[in-house]
Amino acid sequence: MSDTINITLKVWRQKGADDKGHFETIPVKDVETHMSFLEMLDTVNEQLALEGKDIIAFDNDCREGICGMCGCLVNGIAHGPLKAMTLCQLHMRKFSDGDTIAVEPWRAKAFKVVKDLVVDRSPLDKIIQAGGYISANTGGAPDANSLPIPMEVAEKAMDAAACIGCGACVAACPNASAMLFTSAKVSQLALLPQGRPEAAKRAINMIRTHDACGFGNCTNERECEAVCPKEIKITNIARLNREFIKASIGSDVM
Amino acid sequence: MNWVTNTFSTSIGKKLLMAITGLSFCGFLAVHLIGNLTIYGGQGMFLSYVEHLHSLGVLVTAAEWVLVLLAIVHIAMGLTLFFQNLAARPVRYEVKKAAGGRTIGSATMPYTGIIILLFIIIHLLTFRFVDKTPVEINDYSILTATFSQAGFVLLYIAAVIIVAIHVSHGLWSGFQTLGFNHSKYMPFIMGLGIVFSIIVGIGFGFIPIYASIIA
Ligand code: FES
Repeated sequence: MSDTINITLKVWRQKGADDKGHFETIPVKDVETHMSFLEMLDTVNEQLALEGKDIIAFDNDCREGICGMCGCLVNGIAHGPLKAMTLCQLHMRKFSDGDTIAVEPWRAKAFKVVKDLVVDRSPLDKIIQAGGYISANTGGAPDANSLPIPMEVAEKAMDAAACIGCGACVAACPNASAMLFTSAKVSQLALLPQGRPEAAKRAINMIRTHDACGFGNCTNERECEAVCPKEIKITNIARLNREFIKASIGSDVM
Repeated sequence: MNWVTNTFSTSIGKKLLMAITGLSFCGFLAVHLIGNLTIYGGQGMFLSYVEHLHSLGVLVTAAEWVLVLLAIVHIAMGLTLFFQNLAARPVRYEVKKAAGGRTIGSATMPYTGIIILLFIIIHLLTFRFVDKTPVEINDYSILTATFSQAGFVLLYIAAVIIVAIHVSHGLWSGFQTLGFNHSKYMPFIMGLGIVFSIIVGIGFGFIPIYASIIA
């Protein structure tokens, strides 16, 4: 059994936000199937550099599925065809000899293309800045377990906190909505007592910022849930909706 | 009142309006279907149902205006969401596949919605805004006369299937939007959405067929 395959890359090339961009077809020979998708792009880039051509720009950092930097649409699916996985965790053994692989950047009005496959995801940071934190006074550490938190609640908060902010939910959403991201960031705090004091302000401000950034409106298509590498559930979106309703009719926030 | 407009101009506010009006229409569909089932009891039963309904007088008129209001909100919000969501991705993907979340219902909501609107206009022109003053004309005769035409039977069956597709996403989606999603009961609501859309499809779909047979 051979451990190499030949593939054809159809990769999106775009000089910057104002460039129209186009697909470039690059035949790639003898791809080691033990390589990850990003390592495959590395070898393509080495080749391009040797030929004196512009290398393919793509985001990455940890390469072990924890930082949330990587991500492209691979054959039309965010982070590629495998469930619960970031692009850096995808391996070439999942592809077959002779495959044509289309690679495109996240596309949304809120995510401007910086170059090739790199997009500006700072609008997600803006949503966090609008309320994705708690205010805590410094001082002596409180006694451990002085705030009782039921196990299943802690689990749900942890599940929401697993979001790495990669933006795949926006990329996959037919409406380019960042509702799954926002709901995870609201939920991880709303579930815990430490998050309650600012819950109303948080829900309203984060939603307003979400909308102001140019993200679309969620219509419950569930494509986000299907591609999320951390398997964030849309029950978080329902929780965000409850938080928003509570905040709108039950708090002083205007 | 500032907070009201602030609330309903957000993306969640808009979809709350969609959910509340949409779920109201699901309720209306159920009541409308139950009433229509009197057709199977024959001309006497159907006409007595119609008579009882109209004897409510001003209540019926009020209900009709509420439905008009709900429709205006649902359509206006639906179109707003549709165009805003198109604008949220100005450059479309060259290669895009569904990852397994969307259904035919969810992917076609704006389109089925617009077709349903056109159908409702035809439906009202056929059964609601017709001259019913001549003595030989009543709601039963209009029904049989309409569905003696094969074109109308086919149109109605097609429209009812489209309504069923719309509702198959709309019902559970409405609950999700209102915040009712818990692993304890979401499978039930999703099942209910499918069962309800099948009941709507078959329940309304057989009326034109039955009416064309007895016509
Ligand atoms: S590079 Fe860190 S998650 Fe992929």
